[in-house]
Amino acid sequence: MPDRPTGGVPIELRKVTKAFPGGGEPAVQELDLDIPAGEIVVLLGPSGCGKTTTMRMINRLIEPTSGDILIGGQNSRDIDPDRLRRHIGYVIQQAGLFPHMTVAANIAQVPKLLGWDRRRIAERVDELLTLVGLEPETYRDTYPRRLSGGQQQRVGVARALAADPPVLLMDEPFGALDPISRERIQDELLRLQDELAKTIVFVTHDVDEALKIGDHIAIMQRPGHVVQYARPAEILTNPASEYVEQFLGGGSSMRLLRLTKVGDIELDEVPYATEDTDTGDLLADIERDGRGYALVLDGMRRPLSWVGPGDLQGRTGPVGVAGDPVTASIGHRMTLQDALETLLNADTDVVPVLGRRQAYTGALSLGTVQSAIAAIKARERERRLRRGEAVR
Amino acid sequence: MTVETAAAKEETRPEPNIGRSWHVVLPPLCYLAVGVAMVAYTRAVPLDSIESGSLDLPFVLRRTWEHIRLVFFSTVLVLAVALPLGVLLTRRALRRATPLVLSLVNLGQAIPSVGMVVLLAVLFQIGFWTAVAALFAYSLLPTLRNTMVGIEQVDPRLVDAGRGIGMSAAGVLFKVELPMAAPVILSGVRTTLVLNVGTAGIAAFIGAGGLGDLITAGVSTQRNLVLVTGCVLIAVLALLLDWLGGLAQRLLSPKGLS
Repeated sequence: MPDRPTGGVPIELRKVTKAFPGGGEPAVQELDLDIPAGEIVVLLGPSGCGKTTTMRMINRLIEPTSGDILIGGQNSRDIDPDRLRRHIGYVIQQAGLFPHMTVAANIAQVPKLLGWDRRRIAERVDELLTLVGLEPETYRDTYPRRLSGGQQQRVGVARALAADPPVLLMDEPFGALDPISRERIQDELLRLQDELAKTIVFVTHDVDEALKIGDHIAIMQRPGHVVQYARPAEILTNPASEYVEQFLGGGSSMRLLRLTKVGDIELDEVPYATEDTDTGDLLADIERDGRGYALVLDGMRRPLSWVGPGDLQGRTGPVGVAGDPVTASIGHRMTLQDALETLLNADTDVVPVLGRRQAYTGALSLGTVQSAIAAIKARERERRLRRGEAVR
Repeated sequence: MTVETAAAKEETRPEPNIGRSWHVVLPPLCYLAVGVAMVAYTRAVPLDSIESGSLDLPFVLRRTWEHIRLVFFSTVLVLAVALPLGVLLTRRALRRATPLVLSLVNLGQAIPSVGMVVLLAVLFQIGFWTAVAALFAYSLLPTLRNTMVGIEQVDPRLVDAGRGIGMSAAGVLFKVELPMAAPVILSGVRTTLVLNVGTAGIAAFIGAGGLGDLITAGVSTQRNLVLVTGCVLIAVLALLLDWLGGLAQRLLSPKGLS
């Protein structure tokens, strides 16, 4: 078993065309796509746009009519399809688990095909179950029917990862799950991907899922071509055509909120002090800032209370315990959308942002969020200008 | 019993163990008892010379054995033909031939069984193997049809998943399609088996023996006891084999399906 998981390899599609016999218009037309190693690339589009066909050509479940697909630099036509597929993880809707096999047997299929010995397979099965968050003791010998949809999907991912393939193909894997399990398993996939850095081709028709999961998104239009291939933020701020705009369906600023983490934007600064700061110094700071309040932190820089000049009037020496305790805070890993929710429910206009170990790193107000969105849009516009594209 | 304890019981017995319960062996014991009682009755009542000739114990046992052999060989023949044929007809390349083959096989079952036996005897010769051939033609359909239906109803996504993770076509057939289709296929085999036990009674018409001899003898000599004994023994045999088939169906069907 490899000590470190195999990282992803790039996939290149070169003028790939698929015409089904008697199908008239080709399902995929002269498609060029560079999928970088270790990234999640989402093929997004309405049904019938050729996204699944494109994905299935990568592992040759569908043979391209013309064109080449290079996986890690090797032409897929030169590899026996069965052998090729054993080195490409494959996850489909509702997991596609074999109901007559136990969870362990399902996961063990590919290693068995690769001729691993029994002990190595057993160890790998337990390792994978742990990786996807299922207790091996409990789940190893159960049948898929006894698992919830989310659990089945986890086993599906574990099966795809069994032989540690560099590439994963996922065909609307979470389409049949309820919204809560879907969110959770998406988060888990992202966590796994942080660790494994596989090249993942992910097919979906769900815009929000694509924006959340994808490092790059290829928006496809019937019949079988890519109309825009870009990072999520760029697609939101600069849709390539009216079709893309329509498909995204508006609300792009709200979606930017969901896409951006608090830690990635420029935060506000408020005056702050620790408990042993001199009251006079703090009063001077508040005066200089002009907003009329400051934050008191403890020895570990964790926020304790908000103080105003009124709380400090007539006191000398260290600040100590004073003012109103801090009731709301925002984590730096939260999305701007969640942060906004916290802000709207908070008693104060400004809410402290906590970094590692709950330490104060800055503050957030409605104004900060607004300027952050403006900044993202400006940045994308600038990037476009630099590339010499016309701004519409 | 409260809901909780029922649920807990469900948890502790995830897959029902069918070999454990004595209920399983009760039906066949009953069937056997009926058969033995029938034979014992024929020994207890006074018989005339015709009756005692037909109900002589070694004679009855020989006829039973012949009957079992007829059923065995015809069923094995059906399995040997219907399973591979059923699999082939579900492969993409041969799917077009399905209606043709099915109508031929349907014809085999549509012809009255007596007619079939006599027709084959006229065409070839009378005797054991002709009877086996007739039984084969008559009972091919259930196994063939269930093999095809069983494989066709396997979720295509499972086949796709199998190919997608790198199983060969044969690998998918043996590891996914056939196990998933097993309950349906086995129920077809069971039908074939029972059909054969009943139809094998007709073999007597072309001198192939079997318990049908008792029936034809009973009818032609107007000895109702002989007739009834033959019928009861055939019925007992059918019930016993049906029970065996049911047992096989449960044991050979993969776990985790229902």
